[in-house]
This record gives sequence, C-alpha cells and structure tokens, in this order.
Amino acid sequence: MANAFWCIVEDDRQGTPKKVMAEVIGEAARLSSGQAEAVWFTDKATEAGLKQLAEWGANKVWLLENAAFAPYRSEIWTGAAAELAAKATPRAILAPVTSRQREFVARLAARLGVGLAADCVAFAMDGDKLVATRPVYAGKLLAKVTWAKAPWVATLRPNVFRPADAQPGRVATVERPSVATTVAQMRFVERREEVSTGLPELTEAEIVLSGGRGMKGPEHYVILEDMARVIGAAVGASRAAVDAGWRPHRFQIGQTGRTISPKLYMGFGVSGAIQHLAGMRTSKVIVAVNKDAEAPIFKIADYGIVGDLFEVVPELTKEFKKLLEK
Amino acid sequence: MKILVAIKQVPDTATQVKMSTDPRAIDTTGITWIVSPYDEYAVEEALRIKEKRGQGEVVAMSLGPERVKEALRSCLAMGCDRAIHLNDPAWNAADTLATAKALAAVLKQEAPQLVLCGRQAIDDDMGAVAAQLAELLGWPCASWIMEETIDGDGKTVRAARQVEGGLEVFDLPLPAILTAQKGLNEPRYPTLKGIMGAKKKEIRDVKAADLGWAPEPPQLSVVTLEALPPRPPGRIIPGDVPTAVKELVRSLREDAKAI
Repeated sequence: MANAFWCIVEDDRQGTPKKVMAEVIGEAARLSSGQAEAVWFTDKATEAGLKQLAEWGANKVWLLENAAFAPYRSEIWTGAAAELAAKATPRAILAPVTSRQREFVARLAARLGVGLAADCVAFAMDGDKLVATRPVYAGKLLAKVTWAKAPWVATLRPNVFRPADAQPGRVATVERPSVATTVAQMRFVERREEVSTGLPELTEAEIVLSGGRGMKGPEHYVILEDMARVIGAAVGASRAAVDAGWRPHRFQIGQTGRTISPKLYMGFGVSGAIQHLAGMRTSKVIVAVNKDAEAPIFKIADYGIVGDLFEVVPELTKEFKKLLEK
Repeated sequence: MKILVAIKQVPDTATQVKMSTDPRAIDTTGITWIVSPYDEYAVEEALRIKEKRGQGEVVAMSLGPERVKEALRSCLAMGCDRAIHLNDPAWNAADTLATAKALAAVLKQEAPQLVLCGRQAIDDDMGAVAAQLAELLGWPCASWIMEETIDGDGKTVRAARQVEGGLEVFDLPLPAILTAQKGLNEPRYPTLKGIMGAKKKEIRDVKAADLGWAPEPPQLSVVTLEALPPRPPGRIIPGDVPTAVKELVRSLREDAKAI
C-alpha cells in the first residue's frame, strides 16, 4: 500500500482546476505528511492548470486526458480510476463535494469494495486510521466515522478546509497512465447553461446573501444583487422563497437545496427554520436581519439587527461601498 | 414498464434528535418518521411515468426495521402498486454499500426497466446508494435529475441532470438508475381512497437468507455521534438603522474580519 492521498480534480471543463482543489490538496497533504497526488480526468488539461495543482502541493499529477472523459459519466471514470487504483494503491481518495464528484466517488467506492464518507467537515488521523467528521440529521449532530480498509474514500465540503498556500515555482511529476476506456452506455445530448447572474456560484462564494419570505416578492431580490456586486457575494434564498416561486430551486440554501459554508453568511428576512440551518450552519460568521426579534435565526447569528430589511439593505450597501472604496 | 423506487424512512426535519446511551446511535423514542423528501419526488415521477404510458407497475422498496412499513404504506397510498420490505436485523449495521448490495439482489430478482431514488436521504446525507446500485448492476446512472422522458418503445430514457452551472442531458439505455432532485415535480398528497386502498396492497417481507446475502462487516462505521459545539453567543446590535448598520460593518471588518 502506497501512502499517497489522491485528490480527484474538479475543473471548470476548460482545463483549469477549481480553487476548491487548494482545500482538498491542502488537507490531503496535511493528513499524509506531504503525499498528496492529483488525479485529473479531462478532455484537455492546460499547462497553467497542471502548474496550479503543483503549486497547491500535489507531488504528482495523474493526468487522464482523453475525449472519453468529458462530459463526465460515472461508468467511464470509475473503470479508469479503479484500474489506476489497482496499480498505484492510494491510501485515500478525496474529492470536493460537487454534484458529479458525489456520484463518481460513490460508484468508485462500490467498485473498490470500500467505505465512503460524504460531505466531511474535518479529518484526523487516529494512529494509522483516518477518522472523518460529517454533519448528520440536518446538521443537528456530528458523526465521526472510520473505514474498515483503505483506500478511504471521502468528499469534502467546500470552504471548510484551510486552502493550501500556493508555492510559486513548485513542480510536480506529471504521469499519463494508459488506462482502458470502455464504450459509454450513456450518450451525451446537450448542455444547457444557466442564465448567468454574473455573481459567484453559491457553493463557491466566500460571502453569501440569502433572502427569505421577508423579501415579500421576486422583484425585491435586486436589492440583494446590488449589495452582492459591491462585496462579491452570491445570492441565495430560503425554501419558503423558492417554494413561493420567487427564485429558481438552484438558489435554495438548506436541507433540500445547497449546503454552503461561506466565510460570511447574511440572511435577510430569513426566519431560520431547521431545514435552512442544515444548509448554512457551518458558515463562519452569520448575520441576521429580521423584523421579528423572536426569529430562530437570531439564536445562531453572530450579529443581528432587528429591523426592516428594506431599510437595512440599502443602508448596508451604501456602507459597504464606502468601506471598500477606502 | 416495471419501475422500482428505493426509498428511505428518516426522522422528520423538525423532529428533535437526541443522543441515546449508545454513543453511535440516536434515541428513536418520540421521533416522527417520514419518507425522505427527495424519495417522494422519485415516487411521484415513477407514478407519472406509469400514468403517461397507460400501463406498468410501480414497486416501492426499502431496507430497515419494522417501522419502515409505515413509509412503504405512504408510498402505496400515493399510488405504488406493491412494496418490498428488506426487513432483517442482519442489516442493522448496514452502510451504504451493504444496503446497495441487498437492494441489488432484489433488483436482480425483480428485473425492472427503471430504478428511481431520491438524490440523498436527509438523515445521513450520504447520497451514495443509487450510484453504488448502478455499479453493482453495471447500469448507467444519472444523478440529480430535473426532468426525464422515456421514448415510446421504452428502450431509452432522456434525463437532464443538474450540475454546477447548468443542466447536462443524456440518453441512457434502459435499464438505468435516476436520482431525483428537487424541482423534478411536485409530489401528490395521498387521497382518502389511496389511503384506504393502500391497506389492501401487498408489502412483501424479504429476509437476508431469501437473497442468499451473507453478513459482512460494514466498510464504514460510526465511531461516535456528538452534539454540535455551541456557537458563541451572538449580539443584537441596537440603535436606529443607520447607527446599527455602521456598527455592523465596523464589527464585520474589525472584529470578525469577514469583509
């Protein structure tokens, strides 16, 4: 058994790894005393992308560059990854939580006959075993879990782990292993792009603004978007607002929506139902603005303002602008 | 067309979850149990496929203790034709892979054309069983689907899966596995007639021995369950709006260093 911790690369489909990989590689390197290796399935990698993985701390990049790997299909990636894992015998296989990585590593774990821990928020080595911490029951409890045997397969919640500091000029060995690609059963038809809001993606953003039932209607989200542009935030919504049809489901934060863990979460007119808390309670700083002083969100907020969001939001936008112009 | 829907019974989101004397398990007394919400989208979609095609069978299936019958009964009340309950203490410690292996054994016997699951169960949020079933059966799998259509002769399903930044549409030859994302449909409420009718529908118990399932140790196990560390107490910022906002921005900048 080798000691390497594999990091499955999530990229932008244009040959550049996403910045969440700094968190995955950083954690893998920490747990393995510097034995992090990137495994990159792509149809085209860029030199800049390979350099980035090395600078984040990957010692080696297993580059699986083949037209068959894009768009992602679990059946194709799994066969190739299992073949490579049989040769390279990694000790752990880590990936960031994204829709495709969650599916892929689950399938891979089944192929390898090993355990999977999804959406982890912490890891620790206990002797020669890895113990992962993951929220369960709507984030009301934390479960510590461990594996019967290696490779330990896990996904990591974005924005939770400390990203590796890039070390400019650091280099990694790039290996291009030959692996078999099977003929895919799934046939790609088309990709439909979402209409871009021009704002960061909800699960990747460092600051998230969330509008709840207190927003009173879809037409008012523009005031949150104005603030978001000033501070570089994403805009999400509570289930109440999504179920009312004010925002598409992809913007929903909570148990039946996206799980986020930004540096700063600010809820406006969000009451703080348990199912919403499940999707944002690991945020580092929580701000709540609500007219109702009894709203449950104030119980977990670091800062609260009891007041009318329609007065607070424009004032806040103005103050942020002043601050950032300095 | 025969469709199997794999569901899980979970504690209601609003229910209080308490630790038990066993550090690895919750205290289940007083818990309200529901069908996991994503699984309801899966059941609804299966029923719609059957209705649209004018024929077929929808079978609900679940693994868990006796109480799981209630969840299966809810699926029957929504309109499923029958149910299969993998009900054996041998599966008490089953992780996702052991669960997938047991369900796969049933699927081999039942030979459906389509399997639907929820995107993840809202108790342990692992989101793994569907993809692992696909692997064990060698079937294609599309997760987090927002829409699907089956072609007229029932050979292929076209599914749109949600990914970061958009939807990806694929054709999957049947049999295949799909997992339901919120937004796929709006699940129906059982009618009174449905609830009455469900009492007469079959729920078949399956034991581990019926599947030739040999007990195996779980690949992933819980070491401990712990309550969340409490967040430090927060602060309600007093004053009129301009004053409170100025103080909030100062705090975020200087104390929390969050902006």
